[in-house]
Amino acid sequence: MSLNRRTLLAGAAALPALGGLPFRSARAQAANTIRIGVLNDQSGTYRDLSGPGSTQAVQLAVQESGITQRGVTVEVVQADHQNRPDVGSTVVRQWIDRDGIDVVVDVPTSSVALATNTLVREKNKVFLNSGAATSDLTGAQCSPNTVHWTYDTYMLANSTGGAMVRAGGKSWFFITADYAFGHALERDTGNFVKAQGGEVLGSVRTPFPGTTDFSSYLQQAQRSRAQVIGLANAGGDTINSIKQAAEFRITRGGRVKLAGLLVFITDVNSLGLEVAQGLVLSETFYWDLNDKTRAFTQRLGAMPGGIRPSMVQAGCYASVLHYLKAAGDMGVAAAKASGADAVTRMKAMPTSDDAFGEGTIRADGRKIHPCYLFEVKAPSESSGAWDYYKLLGTTPGDQAFRPIADGGCALVRS
Amino acid sequence: MIENLLFELEMAAPQVILGLVNGAFYALLSLGLAIIFGMLNVINFAHGAQFMMGAFVAWMLLAWAGIPYWGALVLAPLIVGAFGVVIERTMIARLYKLDHLYGLLLTFGLALIIEGVFRNAFGASGLPYAPPAAFNALNVDIAIMFLPGYRVWVVIASLLVCLATWLVIEKTKIGAYLRAATERPELVQAFGINVPRMMTLTYGAGVALAAFAGVLAAPIYSVNPAMGANFIITVFAVVVIGGMGSIMGSVVTGFGLGLIEGLARVVYPEASATVVFVIMAIVLLTRPAGLFGRG
Repeated sequence: MSLNRRTLLAGAAALPALGGLPFRSARAQAANTIRIGVLNDQSGTYRDLSGPGSTQAVQLAVQESGITQRGVTVEVVQADHQNRPDVGSTVVRQWIDRDGIDVVVDVPTSSVALATNTLVREKNKVFLNSGAATSDLTGAQCSPNTVHWTYDTYMLANSTGGAMVRAGGKSWFFITADYAFGHALERDTGNFVKAQGGEVLGSVRTPFPGTTDFSSYLQQAQRSRAQVIGLANAGGDTINSIKQAAEFRITRGGRVKLAGLLVFITDVNSLGLEVAQGLVLSETFYWDLNDKTRAFTQRLGAMPGGIRPSMVQAGCYASVLHYLKAAGDMGVAAAKASGADAVTRMKAMPTSDDAFGEGTIRADGRKIHPCYLFEVKAPSESSGAWDYYKLLGTTPGDQAFRPIADGGCALVRS
Repeated sequence: MIENLLFELEMAAPQVILGLVNGAFYALLSLGLAIIFGMLNVINFAHGAQFMMGAFVAWMLLAWAGIPYWGALVLAPLIVGAFGVVIERTMIARLYKLDHLYGLLLTFGLALIIEGVFRNAFGASGLPYAPPAAFNALNVDIAIMFLPGYRVWVVIASLLVCLATWLVIEKTKIGAYLRAATERPELVQAFGINVPRMMTLTYGAGVALAAFAGVLAAPIYSVNPAMGANFIITVFAVVVIGGMGSIMGSVVTGFGLGLIEGLARVVYPEASATVVFVIMAIVLLTRPAGLFGRG
């Protein structure tokens, strides 16, 4: 019984991730070949919202950048980090040292993203993060080699938390996944609630991973008599919390509201509208938002598992597209020679893509675009598969993210 | 003082009931494991994957064939149990003469493959499965808590199945053969009983129990490929505490640990996932054969 399943899993799955790369003799580093590595969760809870769908989005970006018509070769590879910083670091190190990877893309799970952030900076390559939530990537741990594209904990707290307080939800109780991400999300949201005159009545820390039954915690939250139960968790934890909240009729009578602080469209699909209806959440991309996002979704084609693109996958597309524009602009050789220079060029150019519209990248690496507040439709309002959200409000880009001066990023002070 | 105590009781009572619901799953799952281990001497690491298959088959029956919950409760265990029979015949049966470790490795590999196949086919975030509305009649709505009728049903169903299994093994002729074959297979074979077939059916029955638990779980938990992996580690701890292969031990320990875990969720939530393993360590140190094991 002393056999540890996770250790076994890690060992077994890390081997193909490291050994299965298509180019063994990449030492040559052909001057006009850009190598992109998509690193994310290919087998766990974040597979659907990132996973192989992110790679598909990156491939579309390569195609649409037009850079290949100019004689530049772009190679895209992917690997599974299993949401473990040690596995992720090993892959990134091998990618850069052995396989000549220039750009690391996606990397959900904050702990892995922070490890990747340090490594990529050390090696002077480029890190385009889409999947991770931690706002530290553009705060205390900001790096001249990193762009944080899609969303962060501050933005989620600001948008969902702010909206709930304005709607009258003044007293909060948090159900928090007991690790760095959950703590950060609880802290950021709690600060917003207090700043707007609300109060935090308490919180309960749920073991992560390994919690499947949230009914006890939901009952504790209900007993606190808080008006809003904030779910500072993600993925399977959020799905189980919401499913069981419906089962236990936590929100009946409308006195208590549930706030999913990080809910992806794949989570809503998993819950079904019957259970998820009325849930308020924030995203920066929704496939059915406007003509451009619909066109982007159409061009992306059929996704693995029949899903529609998540904001994380859209972020992979848009960030790689922008990087390739910058690389084409400054010259591939120069972009490959210094990751920091390539990111500087990215910051100097305005961004434009079908997924996020027009935007900019700030000095601290934060990509700036609007954030949307959605409500999940009732089954009767939905016209069919993946018609899930109605738009409640939009926070403009300059208000959606943490003010640049408050992040404590060294790049800004200098 | 007394008021305080009353308040504490009021806090604890719902948690005890919720703990029992989780205990119902632990009991069902560890019961299947105990039967398989007792009879086949195989540590069935694929148990979590088979639990997950039960939930998925329930979903498929509803989504693809329109067969509702009650049908799934009968059909899914049969389908997944049949799958177990095939696995036993084609693979596990070849390992009986080898060390335990081979069975463990084989079933562990099987679990990874099954989970991988489901992940590729259905994604990782899970599928919706609504609890049947009929259970609303069992809803308990009292001042201190609201308990969904479906959870009441889970406890009842689990207790019934555990009791039935215990009766079959302890009180029937088939059960007697089974217990005899566990002790002295050659002798039982000599009496003209087809021991290999009995082992196959036992494995199938153990797997069917896992699938039954899976169907019970589908309306409560997210139906996703990892749902069994989340449960199985705790369930193995339950089996170790109860005593490997002990039927009564796994049932009593399953419900008991569900209760303790439920209380830990109020007293010290951060430790609620660890408390079972702390108990396991203590039991292993003081009674290595488990609480109900035959040392």
